[in-house]
Amino acid sequence: INWVDSRTIYIGHKEPPPGTEAFIQQRFPDNRIVSSKYTFWNFIPKNLFEQFRRVANFYFLIIFLVQLIIDTPTSPITSGLPLFFVITVTAIKQGYEDWLRHKADNAVNRCPVHVVQHGKIVRKQSRKLRVGDVVLVKEDESFPCDLVLLSTSRDDGTCYVTTASLDGESSHKTYYAVQDTKAYNTEKEVDAIHATIECEQPQPDLYKFVGRINVYMGNESVARPLGSENLLLRGATLKNTSYIYAVAIYSGMETKMALNYQSKSQKRSAVEKSMNAYLLVYLCILISKAIINTALKYVWQADPNRDEPWYNHRTETERQRHLIRAFTDFLAFMVLFNYIIPVSMYVTVEMQKFLGSYFIMWDDEMMDEELGERAVVNTSDLNEELGQVEYVFTDKTGTLTENNMEFIECCVDGHVYVPQVICNGQVLPDAVGMDMIDTSPGPDAREREELFFRALCLCHTVQVKEEETVDGIKHGIHQGKSTSFYISSSPDEVALVEGMKRLGFTYLRLKDGQMEILNREDEIEKFELLEVLTFDSVRRRMSVIVKANTGELYLFCKGADSSIFPRVVSGKVDQIRARVEQNAVEGLRTLCVAYRHLSPEQYEEVCHLLSDAKLALQDRDRRLAEAYDLIEKDLILLGATAVEDRLQEKAADTIESLHKAGMKVWVLTGDKMETAAATCYASKLFRRSTQILELTTKRTEEQSLHDVLFDLSRTVLRQHGDMTRDTFSSFSGDCTDYGLIIDGATLSAVMRPNQDDLNSGNYKEIFLEICRNCSAVLCCRMAPLQKAQIVKLIKASKEHPITLAVGDGANDVSMILEAHVGIGIMGKEGRQAVRNSDYAVPKFKHLKKMLLVHGHYYYIRISELVQYFFYKNVCFIFPQFLYQFFCGFSQQPLYDTAYLTLYNISFTSLPILLYSLIEQHINMDILKKDPTLYRDISKNSLLRWPIFIYWTILGVYDAIVMFFGAYFLFDNTTFTSNGQMFGNWTFGTLVFTVLVFTVTFKLALDTHYWTWINHFVIWGSLIFFVVFSLLWGGIIWPFLNYQRMYYVFMQMLSSGPAWLSIILLITASLLPDVLKKVIWRSLWPTTTERIQVSGETKTPATATRVSRRDANCADVSIHSVRLSIVGSFSSFHVNLKLKHPFLFCHNF
Amino acid sequence: MMASSYNAKEEDGHHSGSASHGGAAVVKSKKPDNTAFKQQRLPAWQPILTAGTVLPAFFVIGLIFIPIGIGLYVTSNNIKEFEIDYTGVDMNSACYSCAKNFSWNSTTSCLCTVDFTLEQPFESNVFMYYGLSNFYQNHRRYVKSRDDSQLNGDMSALTNPSKECEPYRMSEGLPIAPCGAIANSLFNDTLKLYYLEANGTRNEIPLVKKGIAWWTDKHVKFRNPGGNANLTAVFQATSKPVNWRNPVYELDQDPENNGFINEDFIVWMRTAALPTFRKLYRIIQKKSSTMPTLPSGKYVLDITYNYPVLSFDGRKRMILSTISWMGGKNPFLGIAYITVGSICFFLGVVLLIIHHKYDTRSTGADIPN
Repeated sequence: INWVDSRTIYIGHKEPPPGTEAFIQQRFPDNRIVSSKYTFWNFIPKNLFEQFRRVANFYFLIIFLVQLIIDTPTSPITSGLPLFFVITVTAIKQGYEDWLRHKADNAVNRCPVHVVQHGKIVRKQSRKLRVGDVVLVKEDESFPCDLVLLSTSRDDGTCYVTTASLDGESSHKTYYAVQDTKAYNTEKEVDAIHATIECEQPQPDLYKFVGRINVYMGNESVARPLGSENLLLRGATLKNTSYIYAVAIYSGMETKMALNYQSKSQKRSAVEKSMNAYLLVYLCILISKAIINTALKYVWQADPNRDEPWYNHRTETERQRHLIRAFTDFLAFMVLFNYIIPVSMYVTVEMQKFLGSYFIMWDDEMMDEELGERAVVNTSDLNEELGQVEYVFTDKTGTLTENNMEFIECCVDGHVYVPQVICNGQVLPDAVGMDMIDTSPGPDAREREELFFRALCLCHTVQVKEEETVDGIKHGIHQGKSTSFYISSSPDEVALVEGMKRLGFTYLRLKDGQMEILNREDEIEKFELLEVLTFDSVRRRMSVIVKANTGELYLFCKGADSSIFPRVVSGKVDQIRARVEQNAVEGLRTLCVAYRHLSPEQYEEVCHLLSDAKLALQDRDRRLAEAYDLIEKDLILLGATAVEDRLQEKAADTIESLHKAGMKVWVLTGDKMETAAATCYASKLFRRSTQILELTTKRTEEQSLHDVLFDLSRTVLRQHGDMTRDTFSSFSGDCTDYGLIIDGATLSAVMRPNQDDLNSGNYKEIFLEICRNCSAVLCCRMAPLQKAQIVKLIKASKEHPITLAVGDGANDVSMILEAHVGIGIMGKEGRQAVRNSDYAVPKFKHLKKMLLVHGHYYYIRISELVQYFFYKNVCFIFPQFLYQFFCGFSQQPLYDTAYLTLYNISFTSLPILLYSLIEQHINMDILKKDPTLYRDISKNSLLRWPIFIYWTILGVYDAIVMFFGAYFLFDNTTFTSNGQMFGNWTFGTLVFTVLVFTVTFKLALDTHYWTWINHFVIWGSLIFFVVFSLLWGGIIWPFLNYQRMYYVFMQMLSSGPAWLSIILLITASLLPDVLKKVIWRSLWPTTTERIQVSGETKTPATATRVSRRDANCADVSIHSVRLSIVGSFSSFHVNLKLKHPFLFCHNF
Repeated sequence: MMASSYNAKEEDGHHSGSASHGGAAVVKSKKPDNTAFKQQRLPAWQPILTAGTVLPAFFVIGLIFIPIGIGLYVTSNNIKEFEIDYTGVDMNSACYSCAKNFSWNSTTSCLCTVDFTLEQPFESNVFMYYGLSNFYQNHRRYVKSRDDSQLNGDMSALTNPSKECEPYRMSEGLPIAPCGAIANSLFNDTLKLYYLEANGTRNEIPLVKKGIAWWTDKHVKFRNPGGNANLTAVFQATSKPVNWRNPVYELDQDPENNGFINEDFIVWMRTAALPTFRKLYRIIQKKSSTMPTLPSGKYVLDITYNYPVLSFDGRKRMILSTISWMGGKNPFLGIAYITVGSICFFLGVVLLIIHHKYDTRSTGADIPN
């Protein structure tokens, strides 16, 4: 045995008897859970290290250090203070989070557990538990580590467990004790168990476990397989079982739960990428500014009388540093202009995202009354991405549909049975009616029919949840007042078993390996359950092997038609197939049922096959699948069932809206084509006018894949060529739109790298080309991984569209993780999807508001935030750059230190933060009513280069106006009525005052939604600036070594021309922007702007028209350059839910 | 029946939450606002910039700015200003030899005389400035080369000036007071103005040297250490700035204008924003209401030429200027106002056309579609 692959555990730390294989004793960690990142001692160094690993912080640290080391124009405070502020706030936040984690860790690690030692129960702290300890767990306690179940209080060695805190499934799952130890159920007896367990090393898959137990009895030892049904996971809770004994096998950080606690790879939004690109541009601007100034400085001071006139000598030390002077000059210029990359932008963006995401959580319209659930935000980094979605990939079952199954009918040999009779419009629940479509069945058929019902009653994994544990079960069910109900991980099975109940066959319970059925004659039939060949999504079927009272052995198999029909040897295949297809077209979920008689010899063989596979330590799954494949053959078809899954409320409306918003909706489902297509029609994904293109196995059987693909692309492209742009972008009825249906098998053929290299890349390209021109695509028969593949394929296509995946089940997790935005639906299939998603909503219909309203708002908010931040810093720094030309390139700052420091962190910070939280350029009801508005912001339209350049030019213009306005005002004259002169600090203060007002008014002009908070913050921050300036200049500050600002601001305000020029310069700065806005709005209005003016939605015809400007912009769309340097800028990751991961496992 | 029970249920739910707030009224008044905020439905004013709304603003701005601009322009034009360059670059100019023969070591000061004529009389108070060009008072090394604590009368800073003053911090082992490059380069030309009567007699015009510095600078920011008396003793342990002829306590006879609170010194210490600047030197006060302060005619400017500027290609000027409410002669503000006002007005007209042509058409034409 390779010790790397497996581990050996001595139960109760008892050495195995001599003579057995020698095991290498391994060391296992203790059961301490450590979710905290820091200790008291390493917090400061480690946290600082973590924080300075981020490029932004590092950049500012370098600037700060440069300021400390060399003689720089601004005091180190100007960059040190904001950096200190940012670092401290982050450190406090992280420290607090870690403190909470410590607290929770301690609570978990100290909680008592009962351990069997020397035949006695001993209480221990959880953290002291070791691998090999035998643990006693009582009802409603949760398991302290991963355990292998040895025995339970129940005689049959089963126990019930709920994994609600692990995967959200609240149903009770049954776990089984090891056969050979299940009898040992007191502490004395348990202590006597002498056994070793070999199992794989810990791995994070919650649902997989392989191991083997060797029980030594005297001299002989018995080996038994262990599977996930024997493994109790840490975090799960014992239910309906008074106690269990189990042995610890994975402890502490090696438990499956701990292994699952790992952060998902971080997704970055398109806005962030643009932001990084802009940042690089600004970095280049910064460096070139510094280089230009350094060069000019040396040109300028080539004349020694300029360099060192008699009135302004250097110190001796300054004179000596010839070589590094140029470099320090460059650095000094960098420092002077470094504010152009604002440290506060990252803080503001983080705050905006963090605080903004609360609006999603608070939204009452996205709350589901029934479930009592609100939308969940797992990451706030992607808020704006919700406004950029181009492709929506949705699951069908549970997402588009309710996943609330209802048994509709069954068909046995062509006879159709409907369990409900509708009488005078009323449903009679108790009445059992059978609608015989064909002639009355003969006795033979009747036998077959009953066999079919029995098969459905037996072939499932449904459990009976008893309200009272006493003997009232049979009674209760018989009375029709069900005191017990069925639970299963698959709602289809529950629907089927309940359907059978209405048809007269009631499944009672599984007791001692006996399945009990109450038949039509109220007799209890017992079947011994021998084997369960569990369901999996690859086989798409499940089977049971039972032994009837008569001793006959049956294999009942239930599964998708495609997986059953090829294995059927007899039965009325054609009739049933016809019925199945008919049902599928109506959107019903169909299953086929088949059986097979097993002779005892065959059963022997089956047993042999299974136990071989089960005992394997390696590749057990593959070997099991092979075994199942051998067993499930030569079946006799019995019939088929149909179960309806109703569409979710407003699903159709939502899809229609998404379509109108320009999104392409793809349905990815594991269901069969007909059913899925019916759902698509019902949900208006396909319309009557939609021309359906099929790319299915059926077609590829007739023609080669190559031909089919080329055919389709020709059809699609011909149409596309005919269309003008305007009609293309509208979804009016007169032009055909296409819907594509593709199935899993064909898809994998398309995706498969082909042997002949010529076509390998081609297929994908053609396929993508077809998809691009289809308004809706349905992918059926998809395996979970294929869903992710599709998403990946689209993501990687040449436009790099933004994708969104929405799903509710574990099978959607892969695509949820793959897509740019993953949305989980809080459905019935557990919580995996919600846990792995970025956002989770209770219902599919909530997607509409999420994207059309929240996404739209967040996008315009953050894009304004980003553009504005760069703009205001250009305005801020460019005058300083210009000033260098007038001060001999001496790096003299234009503004006072206080202004340099506080400009970004207090004078201009709050208005933009508030704007980015509550701006609404259009009323949200209009956004919801008119989905086409979503197209106005598609393709990152507000952060394209032309717009960025416009903002930058605007910033430069404003800076020039401000600087030269002040320059001409100061030019060699006085502007006070007492003839006194102003100095350079007044000059800077004048520019700064104009700057703060201009920049704030610019934001005010952009604000379309003025609540009292906006008024408060915008006017408040201007008043704050004035009050601060009065105060700052009003006192001789004792702690400062300069008093340059003393009375500067007040003296300036005492001059009339200063007031006049402030007003003039503000007006002149704002003028072009206002003009641009007004003219653009009049001449080339976007849909958004039109609606803003009219104030209400217009007729769809006008609304759908996309203005020519947008159409043109789409062509020039320049894809933002991807940059890695600033990736870490975003890693100030906001944890929305600060819970202990091991106590509340929803936030894995 | 159904409805009422449902309501009761809901109230129950609210109650449990609100019980701690101690009253339904509080909850009622508090809740709507809070939820309106959370639901992003706060009442709001939703202004939109359209041609229609902006039009009036443009006209109003135009109509306000143009008159202001005209007013400013006229005011500026009414200001009388006379400027004379006495650097002495030209061979012919009076101060040529002074400029040429300048030496730091000379003990005697060079005198020169410049004649000039005022064509128009200067009414009301006349302000006399000296102007320097190509003098970088805003150079970083220069700007920071001062010690405000020392100038504020701090004793410890007097004996131990700030490091920023280097290399004008210590001289001959003694701390310099006032230290730094700014103080060291104090403008030390002396200007005297005479009116040349018709008969050739020179009539000295009284120049007032008070009120040329900011009041706050003179009374708060600049202070002599240990009060204004006994300056000689206080500055005992200090050295005069290298380029100064006299120590700081001999700047003026008047104790209220001596030492750090000497107004010429204070004016100099306020570093100019741009390399070409002027500083207030003296004020010529109006004497009677009938006589102009400076009648038109010939004048003589006597210059004690101490301040070298040729080495860095600088220029020195003397400026006489009257002052209005808006300060000295500067047409910029008036022109700028007129320009911006006219642009606004013009744009208003353009927008009016656009508004008529496009806005009405587009809204009118779209609806029937």
